[in-house]
Amino acid sequence: MMHTEFTVVEGDFSNAGKASSEIKKMLKQLDINPQKIKKMVVAVYEAEVNAIAHAYGGTIDVDIDQSKICVVIKDVGPGIPDIEKAMQKGFSTASAKVREMGFGAGMGLPNIKNNVDELDIKTEIGVGTEVRMVVNF
Amino acid sequence: MNENFFYHALQVDPKICFGCTLCMRNCPTEAIRIRNGKATIYENKCVDCGECYKVCPSGAIYVAQDDFQSIYNFKYRVVLMPSVFLGQFPEDIKASQVYSVIMDLGFTHVMEVEASALIHSKLSNKYIRENEDKKPLISTFCPAIVRLIQVKFPALVDNLIPIKAPVDFTAIYIRDKLLEEGIEPEDIGIFYITPCAAKIAATKSPVGEDKSTVDGVLNMDTMYNMVLKEIKVRGKNYQKKISANDVSSDCIIFSLTNGEKRLNNNKKSFAIDEIHNVIEFLEKVEDDEIEDLDFLELRACDESCAGGILTCGNRFLINDRMFQRAKKLAERERNGETLRKKEISKKEDLLIDNANVSKIMPRSMLKLDPDINVAFQKLSKIRELAVKLPQTDCNVCGAPSCKALAEDIVCENAKMTDCVFMQRNLEMRDSLSSNESVEIMKKIWGEEKLKDYILNK
Ligand SMILES: Nc1ncnc2c1ncn2[C@@H]1O[C@H](COP(=O)(O)OP(=O)(O)OP(=O)(O)O)[C@@H](O)[C@H]1O
Ligand code: SF4
Ligand SMILES: [Mg+2]
Repeated sequence: MMHTEFTVVEGDFSNAGKASSEIKKMLKQLDINPQKIKKMVVAVYEAEVNAIAHAYGGTIDVDIDQSKICVVIKDVGPGIPDIEKAMQKGFSTASAKVREMGFGAGMGLPNIKNNVDELDIKTEIGVGTEVRMVVNF
Repeated sequence: MNENFFYHALQVDPKICFGCTLCMRNCPTEAIRIRNGKATIYENKCVDCGECYKVCPSGAIYVAQDDFQSIYNFKYRVVLMPSVFLGQFPEDIKASQVYSVIMDLGFTHVMEVEASALIHSKLSNKYIRENEDKKPLISTFCPAIVRLIQVKFPALVDNLIPIKAPVDFTAIYIRDKLLEEGIEPEDIGIFYITPCAAKIAATKSPVGEDKSTVDGVLNMDTMYNMVLKEIKVRGKNYQKKISANDVSSDCIIFSLTNGEKRLNNNKKSFAIDEIHNVIEFLEKVEDDEIEDLDFLELRACDESCAGGILTCGNRFLINDRMFQRAKKLAERERNGETLRKKEISKKEDLLIDNANVSKIMPRSMLKLDPDINVAFQKLSKIRELAVKLPQTDCNVCGAPSCKALAEDIVCENAKMTDCVFMQRNLEMRDSLSSNESVEIMKKIWGEEKLKDYILNK
């Protein structure tokens, strides 16, 4: 098992993607199937942007072993009141500012679901959200 | 073709290199290390982009070329000249003058490479239309980009358009034409004037082809000097041997940025030049970040081939001259003074039949091991080492970064003690003597830099 951590800073869109590109490099070094790499990279990126846009930042924990990669993105933030609704395509509460940056189509969570083999979202109002994603190799 | 064998035209002259590390720090694929005080190139990581050549302050990096005299191994000697070659000359030197003078240097035939550019783009457009599922399709015109994708973006090799380059098309055309005239195959020698190392590497060990279409490669700077000298010697008194009539106006700028994209009627396409820009963009393409992308024209050099490492003169001026020439030619075409359709179109079928290259294979340089268990162990080790190293990226170990050293150690190309910080640590613990440290440094930096008289110099 290999463990790595990253931090996510609130409002820092320009650095979104740092974690996913680091993850990409590791998976390439392991010569993982490119399609699987793409799935994880897309999912991590979306979850990272959510923690930046809808919460006040947080941490990313990455665990890789020979059979899978597991990424947990944990933020400090408002939490998600209705997860089922949030998972719907097109649902978004993104602020005008976030929309201006080109986010807020309400496609992030559905996209994550499409790409990963396991998705588990734990959330607590006023405390934060934890998104756990797994892609099997 | 053995996938592990890759010819590289870029070479380091150990007599000149003094180990300044500039090339190592600028190599976009981290293919250079310092060993014994000299830059050394990891062949499986090098993509022949020529960044090292550009930054080298002492001219230690050179581009190996065929001996000019080797043209005389053939009875019929064809020179293939890219349009960018003509762009190097000052405005008062005419294209037909260059055509004629270059023949006088010892060739029996001359042809401009871009003669086949229209046929080439017709075929690549067709391929793009027929391969919707492989989008975005990526041009294979620039060989440094093809190799970059093979080593750094293996997931994108299937996006490469498996079609030969215009130089191959033109070579096939002229060879066939001479054969038709009854010339024996072994008497025909076709020589290509290259603007870069990548094109040489591509002709010496072509990716996805068995055999090269040309018999030799001549460096553009050498040829430029030879032609310019001849022109100066003769002044305006040259004998016009041939008119410069191989290319139509829309082909001349094919090798410049946007040259292919212009001839390409795709909805969403990009033309990106300069290798770092290309890498940045390909990272996004690889992650599917850009939607509905049809076609990518990618070139390793800034200003594309006008910025090739072997071109002479300023790339922006070369670019401008080529545009001016294209503009003038377009006007003549409009006035009916010259035909847009050229001789070469008569052999279009032949070119189409010979256009394809076989499957281009990935050659990931990142892959640590084909066995995932071994790769996994190595990656864990690299990460362990990386946090122990000082993160200073000081280059004293002879690697471009601490991370690169960690990878080298795990791949058994370097030792932990190559790091000066590690050496000091071990010395403090008495597990390494200062003599041993010096020996390590000598291996990396050579005897010369560590001679004990250096302080008294
Ligand atoms: N980490 C989070 N903390 C709080 N709310 C969140 C979080 N992630 C998602 N949400 C809520 O779920 C909604 C849907 O998220 P989703 O990622 O699908 O779309 P979006 O972020 O609004 O837009 P897009 O991802 O397309 O840019 C968000 O608008 C937000 O209300
Ligand atoms: S852009 Fe042109 S000159 Fe530069 S490496 Fe590519 S083919 Fe060669
Ligand atoms: Mg989102």
